[in-house]
Amino acid sequence: MRKTCLNEIYKLAKQDKRVVFFGSDIASGTLSQFREEMPDRFFMEGVSEANIVGVMSGLAMNGKIPYLNTIAVFLTRRCYEQIFLDAAMHDLKIRLVGSGGGLVYAPLGPTHLAFEDISLMRAIPNMTIVAPCDSEEMKRLMPQTLDREGPMYIRLGKGGDPIVSSPDKDFRIGKATLMREGADALIITTGVTLKMVLDAAAGLKNKGIEAAVLHMHTIKPIDSEAVMKAARKVKAIVTVEENSIAGGLGSAVSEIAAEAAFSPAKRFARLALPDAFPAKYGSQEQLMDFYGLTTEKIISSVGNLLKR
Amino acid sequence: MEHKRLDKRSIEFRKKILRMVDSSRRGHIGSALSAVEIVRVLYEDVLRVDPRNAAWPDRDRFILSKGHGCLALYAALAEKGFIGDKELPGFCRFDSILGGHPQYGKVPGVEASTGSLGHGLSVGVGIALNGKIDKKDYRTFVLMGDGECNEGSVWEAAMCASKHNLSRLIVMIDYNKMQCYGPTCEVQDLEPFADKWRSFGFNVKEADGHDMAELRGILKNTPFDDKKPQAVICHTIKGKGIRSLEAHAPSHHKSRISDEEMKSLFNELEIPG
Repeated sequence: MRKTCLNEIYKLAKQDKRVVFFGSDIASGTLSQFREEMPDRFFMEGVSEANIVGVMSGLAMNGKIPYLNTIAVFLTRRCYEQIFLDAAMHDLKIRLVGSGGGLVYAPLGPTHLAFEDISLMRAIPNMTIVAPCDSEEMKRLMPQTLDREGPMYIRLGKGGDPIVSSPDKDFRIGKATLMREGADALIITTGVTLKMVLDAAAGLKNKGIEAAVLHMHTIKPIDSEAVMKAARKVKAIVTVEENSIAGGLGSAVSEIAAEAAFSPAKRFARLALPDAFPAKYGSQEQLMDFYGLTTEKIISSVGNLLKR
Repeated sequence: MEHKRLDKRSIEFRKKILRMVDSSRRGHIGSALSAVEIVRVLYEDVLRVDPRNAAWPDRDRFILSKGHGCLALYAALAEKGFIGDKELPGFCRFDSILGGHPQYGKVPGVEASTGSLGHGLSVGVGIALNGKIDKKDYRTFVLMGDGECNEGSVWEAAMCASKHNLSRLIVMIDYNKMQCYGPTCEVQDLEPFADKWRSFGFNVKEADGHDMAELRGILKNTPFDDKKPQAVICHTIKGKGIRSLEAHAPSHHKSRISDEEMKSLFNELEIPG
């Protein structure tokens, strides 16, 4: 997914001189072709994320569209104020591409785990947050990043994620994608957890439960219309995200559901990471399993909600 | 350093600042007064800007990175015609365009919203880098506070500026040697300050920040280096022009100023410095 994203940035830069690429101190050889062919628009500025976001803002004030790629935690936590004030307050077109969203860097520990990046970015006015589910969806997203106003955070998964998106589904930033219809329950997710959610929906079907699946690739601004429409018929709503339970997708959906005052009320559950520093190492899969982000857990959550 | 006496226009400029303070009874007075001559020289003699075409792509850019010194900037923008004098009494009021820190999009002529310290230089580096990419000859001036230079981001930006040989970027520091809590040498000593900037790759000049002629001589001739970014360390006095505020830490920010105190501030301005 990262490779596809960077390659798309290269292609955008070839066709549009406003596109500028920034890295902090990322893998040697990253976008070497970009650097060779467009050296005046390629910047590797060292371990200084706060400065980089400020510099990108100065460029964007003058019409450039800078893309930054670095590890998601440093991109969001370290330079939060620069994103907030320099980029978002001026409503500038800068693109922040965070590698290793969620638990990707499991063996490296909490300093490298972006388990609350979505929550942090959600609190920033003017921000758009997008978490594609696979590299094919990334290809559909990137050309749209040229025109959208304001700052944007793009969350990357580990890479090599199975393709679950479909070219038949219209992809538009800000518009959720209904992946599957269903009248019993609605499962809403974002990013690479779409795969396990689709698997869970298939498993639920075998149990006679029809679950709709809504892929909320754009978490901010959230497509509340799509949530309301998909939620209308169902009895239960479950959100699934590789992000903290504090302030992420589950929070956003529960805000919509609470204000909608459905009658009868929808049964609701949030599957997310706990509001805690991850306590284990190992692999992303192990941590996901540890925190209950699994197909089986989604199936049982939906089943339990419908039984109540 | 022996500081020059203020000329009549500098006194008038300070009156303008005091009138804004009078209308809201608050403001970072000391921080604005130390920057008056620097801002005056920029707007009177240096900046290539056009108030009738504030977004002119080839204009020189000025970022007041020490955004709390905005009283001086607002007075200069009014003198230059970017904003009307009628805006000044609105300072900090609910519907005013003039807040306690300057905002882009609200105040014509303000290039970037500032207020949180340690941001302006990075943004200035980006603007100067844009000029380099597009082969423009505009200059980017950034005025920072001395306390602001405690921020690590300032030094990230300094490294970045010299890496890219941004010779059309000019950093000015209002070195009044007094930050909010007390003397900079006690809170977080910046010395050897000029050497720091030199070691970060800047061509450095120092000046009496209240001497119009000296400042003019340096800033009118920028860039004075065709390879390196430049730093002009302006030695100033916090609260300059009002004896009771001079070099006095509490002059950094004042609020709920009484009628009596306001009157006395105006009276003190009349005393030759």
